[in-house]
Amino acid sequence: MNLLSVSNLHVNFHTKERELAALIDVSFTLNRGERIAIVGESGAGKSVLGFSIVNLIGKPGYIESGSIKLENKELTKMNLRQLQEIRGKRIAMIFQDPMMTLNPVITIGDQLVETIRSHTKISYKDARNIAIEKLHHVQIASPERRFNQYPHELSGGMRQRVIIASVLLLNPDIIIADEPTTALDVTIQAEILQLLLAICRDNGVALVLISHDLGVVSKVAERTLVMYAGHIVEEGPTLEIINDPQHPYTQGLLNALPQMTLPGQRLNQIQGSMPSLAERPSGCAFHPRCPYATQKCREQQPRFIYSGVSSVACFLVEDMLNEFAEQDQEAN
Amino acid sequence: MATPLIQISGLEKAFSTNESWFSQWRFHQGKLKRHKDSVHALNGVNLTINQGETLCVVGETGCGKSTLARVIMGLTTPSAGEIHYLDQRIDQLNNRQRMFFRRRMQMVFQNPYASLNPRMTVYQTLSEPISFHNPQFSQAQVDEQIDELLESVGISASSSDRYPHEFSGGQRQRISLARALSVEPDFIVADEPLSALDVSVQAQVLNLMMDKQEERNLSYLFITHDLAVVEHFATRVAVMYLGRVCELAPTRTLFSAPKHPYTRALLSAIPRLDSNIAQPIRLIGEVPTPTEKPIGCVFQARCPYANQRCYEQSPAMVLQNDGSSVACHAIEEGRL
Repeated sequence: MNLLSVSNLHVNFHTKERELAALIDVSFTLNRGERIAIVGESGAGKSVLGFSIVNLIGKPGYIESGSIKLENKELTKMNLRQLQEIRGKRIAMIFQDPMMTLNPVITIGDQLVETIRSHTKISYKDARNIAIEKLHHVQIASPERRFNQYPHELSGGMRQRVIIASVLLLNPDIIIADEPTTALDVTIQAEILQLLLAICRDNGVALVLISHDLGVVSKVAERTLVMYAGHIVEEGPTLEIINDPQHPYTQGLLNALPQMTLPGQRLNQIQGSMPSLAERPSGCAFHPRCPYATQKCREQQPRFIYSGVSSVACFLVEDMLNEFAEQDQEAN
Repeated sequence: MATPLIQISGLEKAFSTNESWFSQWRFHQGKLKRHKDSVHALNGVNLTINQGETLCVVGETGCGKSTLARVIMGLTTPSAGEIHYLDQRIDQLNNRQRMFFRRRMQMVFQNPYASLNPRMTVYQTLSEPISFHNPQFSQAQVDEQIDELLESVGISASSSDRYPHEFSGGQRQRISLARALSVEPDFIVADEPLSALDVSVQAQVLNLMMDKQEERNLSYLFITHDLAVVEHFATRVAVMYLGRVCELAPTRTLFSAPKHPYTRALLSAIPRLDSNIAQPIRLIGEVPTPTEKPIGCVFQARCPYANQRCYEQSPAMVLQNDGSSVACHAIEEGRL
């Protein structure tokens, strides 16, 4: 059975004029110990998806319909108390900015101990031992000394390590990491990614990595979901998606990377920009920027179809597959 | 050889951390002594920027790359050293004398959300520098130039009466570039102009910058931490660490044969798309804050090849056979 299954999830934002849809019919599954990535540009809805898994989207956002199941427990129907049992203990989150996540006026040790003690009945001393062990686990030198320090006394990379330690405290099944390395330097980023990868492998923790950096994704995730304007437009094994992207948006995203062009040449840009929630185009949301858009794309919403190794929501791919099928029939 | 456009020699900048007179007094061996604490952001930077080239400066947070940009632009004064524009010294000018150079050198900032005045329309933002530096222009001429500028950066001239918040991040960064171009400079300093933007939008802005360079023979000092962009865009690359340039090389040479141990570690840490996963070279520790003027090599604390000489003597930039210059004792001695 899948560890986490999200099906037909719709998330809306309530405004004075009308309801704005941030996520439209999003479905995916996550197995135990699997590492998946959600990529897309800002405004694609990747963070909203991450937040809605643990039902953390605040007003004016709300889950309109759909289901999120952790094993067989339905998360969307839970009350706050039941959710708090899940958050942290079963599903933990790492946010982008470690300085915003840690409380600046409490020592990191107390923050870690508080996390443990709010979920388990345990003495301060025992909790302290667990916290120090976890700090050691994330390769923080002299954890006893760090335990009594405040967040501002640590560097950015060190803070993100503390966050990872705090996430590990309760041995969760799933870690959702929302752009965990965006605020860090490349050298520190490499270390943090390796650490995250090692931790997931060693403890059999499933990871949902939210990122806009395809390079980062390719290093960590086994499977990748590409999002555009609230839809998942492509899903498949990471290597397949990077080596043979099917959806024009994924192709554009990869081709826009500087390393895809010879030095000094013009980069391949995607025309235009991501539409805002209020200005969602009709039909396939990507059609105004798509070089292959047809009349059909402007009018209808493409279905998500399975094409060989990955699943794609694009009429171009669908038509191509249909053509192949017809040719096959004729040949027979 | 032609005179370089910008020549920087021995540039230093220290920021005082106890500015007030009262906090400068300390007891030292029973006596009251005055002591100034400072962070040394730049420790003797030597660079030249040639006409029409793009010099990229890379390095981690806190290595002094933004300070370098601000000192060159005259936004902060250097503690020591000289900056020459063609054959004129420009680091000790007063505001009035600097005016001429402000027209020649412009800056594009990191965050397009913060660097455009939210209460000025695009028209106002662009007309101010144009009419200030060209007092002889009539209103019609100014208008014409603004329309031209906006079209050239891919923003329709009809949206010139809109405010910055009505544009997306990429569009805003293009407006910032239009503002920098409005006085027709020779030299643009761009301090992380792409880091607030998405990949596809990054490509748009980078293309625009390359087009402008070709059109107007611009020179760029491009500051970034994104090495993929550097590889694509730079003519030469300067790698900075703790306020010093530790390697300066033509782009192709730097990426195919990095020499300095820091450059090697930096390049190995880029997450690349290809599947052969090379282990990044792990650096021990993090960038220290340079409160003391460093003795010896700046990279000694994190360098796996450091020996006694590295702790005592500061390495000088040495020109290598392939055109790169490296400041490293290990390379000089042939240990690496």
